[in-house]
Amino acid sequence: MTDVAQHPAQQGRSLWADAWGRLRANRAAMISIYYLIFMAVICIAGPWFTPHAFNTIYQDYNRVPPSLSAYPKPEMIDQAVKDAVKRARVELDGWKEEGGKILITVSSAKPIDERMTRYIDRSSVFENAAVVDKPADGLRMTLGADIERQHFFFGTDTSGRDLLTRTLIAGRVSLSIGLLAGLVAVVIGVLYGATAGFIGGKTDEVMMRIVDVLYSLPFIFFVIMLVVFFGRNFVLMFLAVGAVLWLDMARIVRGQALSIRRQEYVQAAEALGVTRTGILLRHIVPNLLGPVVIYMTLLVPQVIILESFLSYLGLGVQEPMSSWGVLISQGAKNIPSANWLLFFPSFFLTSTLFALNFVGDGLRDALDPKDR
Amino acid sequence: MAETILELKDMRVRFSTLDGAVDAVKGVGLHVKAGETVAIVGESGSGKSQLMMATMGLLASNGQAAGVASYRGTNLVGLPKAELNTIRGRKITMIFQEPMTSLDPLYTIGDQLMEPIMHHQKLGAGAARSRAIEMLKLVHIPEAGRRMGSYPYEMSGGQRQRVMIAMALANDPDLLIADEPTTALDVTIQAEILELMAGLQQRLGMGMVFITHDLNIVKRIAHRVYVMRYGEVVEEGETAALFAHPRHPYTRALLEAEPTGRKAPPPATAPRILDGTGVTVSFKIGGGFLSGPPIVLKAVDRVSVSLRQGQTIGVVGESGSGKSTLARALLRLLPSEGAIRFDGRDIARLDKEAMRPLRKELQIVLQDPFGSLSPRMTAGQIVTEGLLVHEPSISRRDRDLRAARAFEEVQLDPLLRNRYPHEFSGGQRQRIAIARAIILKPKVVVLDEPTSALDRQVQKQIIELLRDLQSANNLSYLFISHDLAVVRAMADHIMVMKNGVVVEQGSPDDVMDHPQDPYTQRLMKAAFVNTANG
Amino acid sequence: MLRYILKRFLTAVPTLFVIVTISFFLMRVAPGGPFNQEKGLNPVIKANLERVYHLDQPLWKQYLLYLWNLLHGDFGPSYNLPDFTVAELFAQGLPVSMQLGGSALVLALLIGGCLGIIAALYQNHTADYAVIATATAGSTIPTFVIAPLFQLFFALTLKWFPVGGWGDGAFINKVGPVLTLMLPQLAVVARLMRGSMIESLRSHHIRTARALGLSDYAIIIRHALRGALLPIISYGGPAAAALVTGSIIVETIFSIPGVGRYFVEAALNRDYTLVMGTVVVIAIFTILFNLIVDVLYAVVDPRVRYD
Repeated sequence: MTDVAQHPAQQGRSLWADAWGRLRANRAAMISIYYLIFMAVICIAGPWFTPHAFNTIYQDYNRVPPSLSAYPKPEMIDQAVKDAVKRARVELDGWKEEGGKILITVSSAKPIDERMTRYIDRSSVFENAAVVDKPADGLRMTLGADIERQHFFFGTDTSGRDLLTRTLIAGRVSLSIGLLAGLVAVVIGVLYGATAGFIGGKTDEVMMRIVDVLYSLPFIFFVIMLVVFFGRNFVLMFLAVGAVLWLDMARIVRGQALSIRRQEYVQAAEALGVTRTGILLRHIVPNLLGPVVIYMTLLVPQVIILESFLSYLGLGVQEPMSSWGVLISQGAKNIPSANWLLFFPSFFLTSTLFALNFVGDGLRDALDPKDR
Repeated sequence: MAETILELKDMRVRFSTLDGAVDAVKGVGLHVKAGETVAIVGESGSGKSQLMMATMGLLASNGQAAGVASYRGTNLVGLPKAELNTIRGRKITMIFQEPMTSLDPLYTIGDQLMEPIMHHQKLGAGAARSRAIEMLKLVHIPEAGRRMGSYPYEMSGGQRQRVMIAMALANDPDLLIADEPTTALDVTIQAEILELMAGLQQRLGMGMVFITHDLNIVKRIAHRVYVMRYGEVVEEGETAALFAHPRHPYTRALLEAEPTGRKAPPPATAPRILDGTGVTVSFKIGGGFLSGPPIVLKAVDRVSVSLRQGQTIGVVGESGSGKSTLARALLRLLPSEGAIRFDGRDIARLDKEAMRPLRKELQIVLQDPFGSLSPRMTAGQIVTEGLLVHEPSISRRDRDLRAARAFEEVQLDPLLRNRYPHEFSGGQRQRIAIARAIILKPKVVVLDEPTSALDRQVQKQIIELLRDLQSANNLSYLFISHDLAVVRAMADHIMVMKNGVVVEQGSPDDVMDHPQDPYTQRLMKAAFVNTANG
Repeated sequence: MLRYILKRFLTAVPTLFVIVTISFFLMRVAPGGPFNQEKGLNPVIKANLERVYHLDQPLWKQYLLYLWNLLHGDFGPSYNLPDFTVAELFAQGLPVSMQLGGSALVLALLIGGCLGIIAALYQNHTADYAVIATATAGSTIPTFVIAPLFQLFFALTLKWFPVGGWGDGAFINKVGPVLTLMLPQLAVVARLMRGSMIESLRSHHIRTARALGLSDYAIIIRHALRGALLPIISYGGPAAAALVTGSIIVETIFSIPGVGRYFVEAALNRDYTLVMGTVVVIAIFTILFNLIVDVLYAVVDPRVRYD
C-alpha cells in the first residue's frame, strides 16, 4: 500500500491548463495579446527614445503634417528666416543653405547689433547662430547658423508639440488608467458581490437594492459628481472611474457566488463540516476567478472609453498631460486642416480596444465551461 | 410478411469537434417492418440516438451522416430539405426524452398541435382544431377542448409527453421513432406512457423504433431488438430469443447488469445509531412586505426513522416526495423540527460549531457525479478535504498517503489522484465521492441516489462496492432512490414516501411483493409488472 | 395587467423620490455654486440673485421647496440660461433628441436584429464572420471617433451631408447624428440577437419542430425568433431611455440643439435646477421604458404573469 503512495502520481491537467491551451490555439487572441504587450512597451519606453519631450513647443512647427523626412522643409526655412529677421527689425538680403548650415545676409538703415543672433536662435529651426561677416559700416551683416533637423513622424499639434511623443505619453495615461481603474472596479465589485452572494438573505437583498438605486442614477451625472468632488486630478480620476464601473462586476460576482453556493460540491463540503472560510477559499473563489478574469478584460476597454470620454469633455486629464481622449478631442476640432491629429490617436485607441476585445472573447471561449 | 418501411444500410455519423473527428455511428444496418416495434438498446454514448437523428436529418450542425436510410425506397440521407419535409412529420415522426423542453413554451399546446396538421394535411383552422382535440382525447388528456388553450408550463411532465405523442401521431405516420420517451418521468407515469404507446401502436398499426437503455421496457414492448455499443450493432434478434440466449458477451453483460442479491438485516441487538422522531421540514414560499403571509409548504411531515448499526434503510419515492429533504434534515444540513438522536445524543438543537466534529461520523454521497466534485481541485484534494477539518494536524505527506489508500478502497488507481474531476468517467467520479465520505471513517452514510446518473453496468459495480464497504466497516446506510430494483438489492428495510409522509414501510419482500397502501401498490405494479426477476 | 401597470406607476413614485433626493443633496454638497463661476460678480448682485432663487435659505427648506414645485410640475428657472425655465428648455430640446434617438433605436433594432439572425443561421460561415466583424467594430470604436470621421469623409471630403447643424430638422442633417448614435447600438443588438438566436435554435422544441417537418419559415420566425427576442427586449428598454434623452457627444459634434448637452454643462456650472430637471426626465424615461419592457415580456412569453 505504501509503495503505491511513493510512486509519483500522474499529473492531471487542471481546467486552467486546459483554458491556457485553448487560448494559445486562438490566433486572434494571441496576436492581440502580443499587440497589447507591444503597445504597452512602446507607450512606456517610447517617450524616452523619441527626440522630443511631450511638452516642448516648437513655435515654427505648428500643425506640420507627419513626415518621414526631417524638418525643416526648404520653404519652411525661408519662412523661418523671414520671421526671425522680421522680429529683429532688419532687412533680409538673401540666404543660402550649405551642408546643414545656413548663411543669412541682412541689411539695415541703422548699424546692426550683433545680439540679433538671438532672434535667429529663438526660432526652433536654427541654433548656434553666429556672425560670420560684418562690414565695417555695420549696415550689412552675414550670419551663420546650424539648421536644426527635426523629425515629426506623426506631425505636430496646434501648439507645435510632437504628436508621436504625445500619443505615446497619452497611451501611458490611458492604459494605466484603464488597468488601475479596472482593478479598482474589480476589487470593489468582487468584494461587494461576493459578500452579498455568500451571506445571502436579507443582507444580500439590502446590498443589491443599493446597487439598484445607484444604477438608476444617470451614469454621467454620477461620474461628473465624482469628478467634481475629486477635482480634475489624474490620480483620483481612475478612482472615480473605477468607483462607477464596479456595479456590473458586483452583480455578476453575486450571481456567480449564488449559483456556486448551490452547487453540489459546496453541499458536499458543508456535509464534511468544512468552515465558511474553507468553502470560500477552496470552492467559491477558484470557481469565481474565471468569470472575473473574463469580465476584467471586458472592463478595461470600457474604462479606457470612459476616461477618453471624460477627457473629451474636458473633465479628465488636464494639459499639458494628455490621454487619447484629449488628443482625439483636439483632433476632432482640427479637421479638415490637420486630420492626422484625429487619425493617429484614434488609431491607437481603437486598435488597443480591438485587441482587448479579442483577448476578452478569447478568454471567454477558453474559460467558458459550456465549451467543454 | 409485412413490407419493410425503413431500411438503414451502412449508416455512419461523424462529428467534427475541437479535438478532432469523432465517429459516433460506424456502419449500422437495420430495418423496420410495418406495424413492428423495434428496440435499439445501448448505454449512453453507444450512438443509438445519433443513428436515428441522422435518419431524421436532425444532427447538430457539426454532425455529418453517410450511408443509406431508405424510407419506402427514398434515401433520406442527403435528401433536399423540401422533400425531406414531406416525409418528416408526415410519414416518420419522432418524440424525445425531454418532455419539459420539447414543446415550445411560448405557444399553447393547441397551436402547436394544429401547426403540423395544417402544414402537412393543408387543412383549415377549424378542421385542424377538431383533429387536434381528437388527438388529445386519443392520448387520454382530460377535458381536451379546454386544454387546447393551455401552455406547456401549465402541464405535468407526463401530460407534456402525451401531447408530444399526440403531435407525432396527428398525421397518421407510418413510423414513430421514440428516443427514451419515458426516461425522465417518474415510475408510475412511465408505466402509463408505455401502456399508451403500446396500445396506440397496435390500434394504429404503425411501425415503431424505440430507443432505450432499459431492458425491462424492451422486454415488454419490442418485437425485435438491436443491441448497440460504440457506434456498432453487436447483436440483433427476436426479443424473446435474444433475452433467452444472448450470444454476444456485451449483451450478456447488459442482461446481467440488473442488480441482484439481498441484504440480510442486522442482528436485532445492533444498537440504534441514528433516530429521527417526528421530523418536519417546512419551506416558506413567497411572503414579504406587500404580498401577504407566506405559504408554508411541508416537504417532510412528521417522519420517524430509526437506523441501526449495519442497517441499510431504503427510502423510495418519486420526485418531490421529500426523500432527499428528509435525509438532509437528519444530517442537520437543513433546519427541521422534531428530535434527532445520533449515537444516543440529541443533535437536533446543536449549532453549526457543535455539529462540526460530528460531521466526521455522518457522511453523504450525492447523486450527480459531475456536480458534486469541485472542478478546480484534484481528486486527491477533494478526497482529503475532510481531513483538513477533522484531522488538521496530519502532514501533507500523510494526507497524500491517506488519499492513495482511500483510492484503493474504492478500487481506483491511486496514481490518478492528482488528476482533475473532468478527467474521470461518471463511475470513477462517483467512486471519488464515495472515497471522500469513507476516508473519515463515518458511522452513517446517506446515499442520495448515488447510482441514478450511471449506466446499468457501472451502477452494478458501484452497488457492489457500497455493499463491500458496508460489511468491511460496519456502516449504516440511508439509501435514497427512485429505482426499486437497486433498492431491493441494497436495503434490508424500506420506507415508501409520498408528499412528505411515509405511506408504508417494512422488509423489502413485504413491501414490494405484498404492498398494502394503494400508492405503493401502484408504484410496485409500475416498476415490476414487466420484469421476470423483479 | 392593467392593475399591474397601475401598481408599477405607484411603486415608481418612491423610486423617483429616492433618485431626486440623492441627486439633490449630491449636487449641493459638491463645492461651488451657480453664481461663483464668474469672477468679479458684485457681492450685492450675487446676494440678490441668490435671494431671488431662494439659495440663501437652509438646504432642507430649498429641498422641500423644490419637491413642492416639482409636484406641481414646476422645474424652476435655469440659472445659467436665465431667459428660460427648465421646462421650456426641455420643450425645445427634447423633441429633437427624441427624434434622433428614436430613429437610431428603431434602425439599430431592425438592422441589428436582421444581421444577428443572419449570423446565427450561417454560424461559422462568411456571413457570420462579416456580422461579427461589423459588430466588433461598432462596439469598439467610440462615438467620439466615429462622429468626426464621418464628418471628415462624408461631409468635408465627399460633401454628401452638412457637417453639422439641425437645419430645422431636414432629413440630410439627421443622417450623420442618427448613424453615429445607431452604430454602437446596432453592434450590441446584432451580437445579442446572434447569441440568443443560436441558443434558441439549439433548444429542444426547435428539434421537435424540425422532426415534425415544419417549414424553415415557421421554425425560424414563429418558434426560434420569438424566444430569442427576450434578451433584445430587456436590452432595448434602458438603451431607449438613454437614446431618447440625448447624447452629449453627438449633439456637440454635430451642433444639434437637443437636451444631451445640458446635463454636463449644467452640472459643471452648478445650474442646479437644470441638472435636477435632467435627472428627473431621465429617471422618468427609464421607469417608463422599463415598464414597457415588462409589458412586452408578458406579451412575448406567456409564462410571465404580473398578477
